[in-house]
Amino acid sequence: MQFIGVLLDGIAYASLLFIISAGLSITMGLMQFANLAHGAFAMVGGYACVYGMNALGIPYLAMLPLAFLIAGVFGLVLELALYRRLYEASHLTQVLFTVGVLNVSAASAVFLFGAGSQPIHLPPYLQGQISFLDANISTFRLFTVVLVVAMAVVLASIVQLTRFGAQLRCAVDNRRAAIGMGINVDRLMTIAFTFGSALAGLGGALGVQLLGLDPSFAFKYLVYFLLVVVVGGAGSFVGPLLAALIVGILDTASRYYAPETGSFTLYLLMVALLVMFPNGLYGRAR
Amino acid sequence: MTRRLAAAACILAPLCYAIALPDYLVFGSQILVMALLAISLDLLVGYAGIATLGHAAFFGAGAYVAGLLSVHGWGEPLTGVLVAACAAGALGIPIGLLTARSGTLARLMITLGIAVLLYETANRAAGITGGADGLQGMEVWPLLGVFDFDLAGKIGFAYAWCTFVLGFILARFVVKSPFGLSLEAIRDNPLRAAGIGIPVKGRLTAAFVISAAIAGAAGAVLAQTTQVVALNVLSVQLSADVLVILIFGGIGRIYGGLIGAALYMGAHHWMSGLSPVYWQFWLGLVLIACAFLAPSGIMGLMAPRAGGRDT
Repeated sequence: MQFIGVLLDGIAYASLLFIISAGLSITMGLMQFANLAHGAFAMVGGYACVYGMNALGIPYLAMLPLAFLIAGVFGLVLELALYRRLYEASHLTQVLFTVGVLNVSAASAVFLFGAGSQPIHLPPYLQGQISFLDANISTFRLFTVVLVVAMAVVLASIVQLTRFGAQLRCAVDNRRAAIGMGINVDRLMTIAFTFGSALAGLGGALGVQLLGLDPSFAFKYLVYFLLVVVVGGAGSFVGPLLAALIVGILDTASRYYAPETGSFTLYLLMVALLVMFPNGLYGRAR
Repeated sequence: MTRRLAAAACILAPLCYAIALPDYLVFGSQILVMALLAISLDLLVGYAGIATLGHAAFFGAGAYVAGLLSVHGWGEPLTGVLVAACAAGALGIPIGLLTARSGTLARLMITLGIAVLLYETANRAAGITGGADGLQGMEVWPLLGVFDFDLAGKIGFAYAWCTFVLGFILARFVVKSPFGLSLEAIRDNPLRAAGIGIPVKGRLTAAFVISAAIAGAAGAVLAQTTQVVALNVLSVQLSADVLVILIFGGIGRIYGGLIGAALYMGAHHWMSGLSPVYWQFWLGLVLIACAFLAPSGIMGLMAPRAGGRDT
């Protein structure tokens, strides 16, 4: 495997981690809510995608926006019904609640779709490889990266250019001041949570091929999502993007070049980074 | 007075269990080990206000130290536990120093990361630890040179109970001491605690060492009574389980660990027998309900703390 191939694999992996973790970064930054169940929304997207394609025959490209919508609806309902009541609770209560959500989602996935991992059949135009700089790049990975970059540009424009984005940045920086200025932070949170869940759903649907999908998905990748957000700095986008690239490329590279070390390098780097930057690379002191 | 009664009940309850369910003594010793682990975690989470997702690191370190000692020719159980507790406590020093400055989230991730590093190390160093197959071939000598560990687990249970009682009394002594009060002060407001002259970093590191030593002793007892050390003593799953047990039982109350461990492991044993998926589903629902209805755990329902903040 050439270096450039490993690099691109790592970037594809990183873009999935980023698109799934972006919503988590906002909700953690906005409300300091320790949401360990964020991966469950990615799982909703993934299962919706597989079910829609295999059982209903909906094409893949149509399923991606549908997965985005379905996961968003799940997020909206859960936020309104359960999550918002716990924003003021202690971190440990939030941990208890979200671990509960994780367990229920994993068990529900087994009930509904069985315990095995889910197969996905990509359309022919996304299979195969493209030659680029003497390296063979899988078309699907390229598609993933391009789509995520496009989403990231949209996301960054919303946050930087719109009125909603300005309110969001304000509330992340100082929630009390934002409330004092008349910003409806609760509504902001509902929108951010819904949007974040929807993005995770899209990431889950995209990731069925590369990350795999089985009922333990949300548990298996929980550490990675948290890693991206906490190392990057909750509340920002640039931080998690950087952290996702570090995690994605390092993890892929160590799997290719030094499989015997396992995830050792990754966690060593994470501990070192967190000791040096306790608030994350782009985080603010609180 | 009520507190003394509660402590006595906590110490005696396992004996009632042993009389009521003499066929399940091995399971009973596992509950006691988990309860002791949860109590040691309570010192950190409930009293010092340090959230950690890597408590299995200390438990596993203790288990491996005790296991390796007996594999390599020193099977005396009591000294084994002591050495294991010292080793785990020593491990608590760097971890305590590394996390003393961090916020909650960073602390969770650093402790988690260190636990995963230890897990990977034990997994890769198969020549020493047995890797994924577990550490086999432990020969534990009779307790006090007289009582041999039997298959029915009578001696094992008595041994686990004695360790539990000692650990419980030590933990209770620590939280009632001026040192324990200073931990609560740091938990409630680290800046003010520093302002009135409490050496925050030193106290938090000391709390880590004490908690780690108790956790290590619990791990050593598990290794000695089961005569095998499986890799999962270091797993993230165990760290998460014991945190859930503690929050479920009630944080910052010492008794919460025992109640949480007994209920959690009892329900796990019963429902996993029916179907592992049932267990996961109902556990999830109970945890969600618990977050809304009893945020300070079972103990919080039974004995609300006057004026205390449940963090």
